[in-house]
Amino acid sequence: MRRLLACVAAVLPMISQAAELTAAFGPENAVQTATIRSTTDLAAIGPVIAAFLQTQPGTRIVYEQWGSNELYRVTRQDCAAGRTGADLVVSSAVHHIVTLVNEGCAASHASPATATLAPRLKWRDQLWGITREPAVMVYNRDLLAPSEVPRSRFDLLDLLRPSDTRFAGRVATYDIEDSGLGYLLAFSDSLEASTFGGLMETFGRTGAVATCCSAEIIDAVASGDYLVAYNVLGSYALQRAREDDRLGVVAPGDYTLILARAAMLPAGASSAGVAQAFLDYLLSPAGRAELEARDLFVWLGEEYGAPIEVSGTVETLERPIGLHPPLLIAMDADKREIFIQRWRDAFPQKGVDRKPARARHRTESCEKQGTEIDPRPAGPSFRMTVPG
Amino acid sequence: MAESGTIRATPSLKTRVALAVAAVLVLGGALVLVAALAYGRQAAREAYDRLLLGAAADIATTITVRDGSALVDMPVSAFELLSLAPDDRIRYRVVAPDGTTLTGDASAPMPQVSGSAEAVFFDASFGAEPARYVAVTRLFAERNFSGPVRVIVGQTLLARRELARDIAQNALVVLGAAGAVMALFAWLVISRALRPLPLIGAALASREPTDLTPLSLSAPREVAGMLVSLNTFMARLERQSVATGNLIADAAHQLRTPVSAIRAQAQLAAAETDPERRERIVKRIHDRASGLGRLLDQLLNRAMIIHRADSQPATPLDLRDIAVEVVEACDDLALAAATEVELDLPGAPIVLRGDALSLTEAGKNLLANALSHGRPPVRVGVTGGTRPSLWVSDCGEGPPAEVSAAGGSRFIRTGRVGGSGIGLAIAHEVAEGHGGAIRIVRAGGRCTVSLDLPGRVP
Repeated sequence: MRRLLACVAAVLPMISQAAELTAAFGPENAVQTATIRSTTDLAAIGPVIAAFLQTQPGTRIVYEQWGSNELYRVTRQDCAAGRTGADLVVSSAVHHIVTLVNEGCAASHASPATATLAPRLKWRDQLWGITREPAVMVYNRDLLAPSEVPRSRFDLLDLLRPSDTRFAGRVATYDIEDSGLGYLLAFSDSLEASTFGGLMETFGRTGAVATCCSAEIIDAVASGDYLVAYNVLGSYALQRAREDDRLGVVAPGDYTLILARAAMLPAGASSAGVAQAFLDYLLSPAGRAELEARDLFVWLGEEYGAPIEVSGTVETLERPIGLHPPLLIAMDADKREIFIQRWRDAFPQKGVDRKPARARHRTESCEKQGTEIDPRPAGPSFRMTVPG
Repeated sequence: MAESGTIRATPSLKTRVALAVAAVLVLGGALVLVAALAYGRQAAREAYDRLLLGAAADIATTITVRDGSALVDMPVSAFELLSLAPDDRIRYRVVAPDGTTLTGDASAPMPQVSGSAEAVFFDASFGAEPARYVAVTRLFAERNFSGPVRVIVGQTLLARRELARDIAQNALVVLGAAGAVMALFAWLVISRALRPLPLIGAALASREPTDLTPLSLSAPREVAGMLVSLNTFMARLERQSVATGNLIADAAHQLRTPVSAIRAQAQLAAAETDPERRERIVKRIHDRASGLGRLLDQLLNRAMIIHRADSQPATPLDLRDIAVEVVEACDDLALAAATEVELDLPGAPIVLRGDALSLTEAGKNLLANALSHGRPPVRVGVTGGTRPSLWVSDCGEGPPAEVSAAGGSRFIRTGRVGGSGIGLAIAHEVAEGHGGAIRIVRAGGRCTVSLDLPGRVP
């Protein structure tokens, strides 16, 4: 952890302990006020909070949008100091939350709503997976013939195999050093199948691009700079694909990682009751419907009307990322060093490309992936962020 | 029997056995529970210690030395192993030979014992929770890296406690079921075992008040013993009841005639004016009254003998002593009859169990009969053997035939008051009371009446 933090601190010298965005919902003179800290885009989660408050008169919710690394750091510091800055913490970097729970920073909560969760999506009654977001491949419909569309990782490998392939240098994925979520997805890939080794090797050989941020990657695919993007978070890709005909979304047919953002209740929270009610709401059918409407709860398969292309049987290809102690390994200093070393070996160009790419492509959507901290001061007033 | 015995009802046998069984079950249950808890804790500890050790060993094998420093490629399998305790928090730490933490949580505790090559288990805390740790040492001997690298893996105790509780709970459920079955069987067995008692009670309750015949019921051995005693008791009761009845009948029968005779004589005496004849009548009344007195004595003696037969414990005695006493007791009669009584005794003692007083009484009556009704010379003797006997013989004809024939019965009537019948009846009662018999033998001009008794004391 030390090395990781040192690394982050070096890369981001302007780091500050503050939320990127702050918004308040509900009446000013509310009886009770709860604070939620999350990596989720305010634009996506805001309406869900508003819908929840309809059922809870006299309640005010202050929503703080944080970068994942910063959220982890501040929550950990709060835990160590015995104070609580938030009543509910939600992060897409689920290994962070697993680590925090493992360190005993969370309060327990059990309710009929939490009982409906699959065992893989909860741990110790202190951690719950509240969303359902597949890791998908995004491609450019105009530039790829239907026969070329990679339906699985093997298809992607096949596209990159010929020495004169036009896909060389035009496949993109997250830079795992910059993106906590990218690291988590790549790490989960490495646990899931041996394909990942071949994929990294092929990415390296064909000069695939490792870069930051969903928005940038998807924009580049839409514009035709990249032909295919690998391991993009489906919730975000879907929203873009609905607006842009050029974008196609594929759930890999060999397996598709399914990420559930993890929520925890920090121990000793003052408004734990509201936080628990909100958590139960998110897990309830009404909350699910709200999340589905924001593409935060995505079902694979045509019958749900999702424009994600699926080949193969949905039941067997889904690989939910279990919110369990094995994720602690993702936080292990040595493991991370070894993993990133392998990554660097595969992407030798990255060292050159890295800094400009980061500088060039810093967008708000980076925050959604929880990679970087935008040191913008948090406005006291409500400010919607619109992805893209 | 005006006053009835007080029967204090103590707790029923069923209650007692139920209490005993319950006590056994509760005590045994407590013991088994303690044992099960201890065993459960032990089993859970061993099971999860193995998990810890497996995970630590797994981690230790992934340590590699690169460029003079150790690098740990943390294996997922180790964490999946630890995840078999699904809700427990995990902590690990890999420590270099120089004491620096290579990876993991630098605040994880080290074992007290150090330098051991073996795996060391120890208890410590993990935050506020208690936890169990293992330390595994892997020794390196590379050119640029050597010394022990220690892997410490710890886990909280939720799964262990749950397993221990499960084991104990299962044991308790089995124990409870076994207890219920045992209690049920105990109840069935006791109900069955006690069934003869109400049966006996009912059999006794449904009897006629005068019915003292033995009960014939089948019963378990323990109860059968009581039943035999009850039958014996009833037989004794019946014998006494019959004896009392006989005494009254005898007394009535035997006394009526002499009393009416005395009354008639007394009326005669009252009417007589001649002093001389009156004097004779008075003398006759006196004789009759004396005879009546003797008769009364005999009747009471007999009643006493019958009573003694049931109430006096048999004691060892020498039959020769009885014979001597009989002869001595009848001295006055012998004198009155002007006859000498010859004593015929063996040299060795004839020892047997019996009631000396009854036997003496029987002998006196037989001797009195011989002196009163027989002809001298009269002999009293004792014979040994398997059936020892006390006998009296004289040269008369012995008791009349109807008396002999009725030797076993009480109802004897002869013409004279104080006749031989009642004496013989007394002897008969004594013989019966001792399990023996009266034998009358007429041979060689003599009549011998002997009281045969069962064999000597071994």
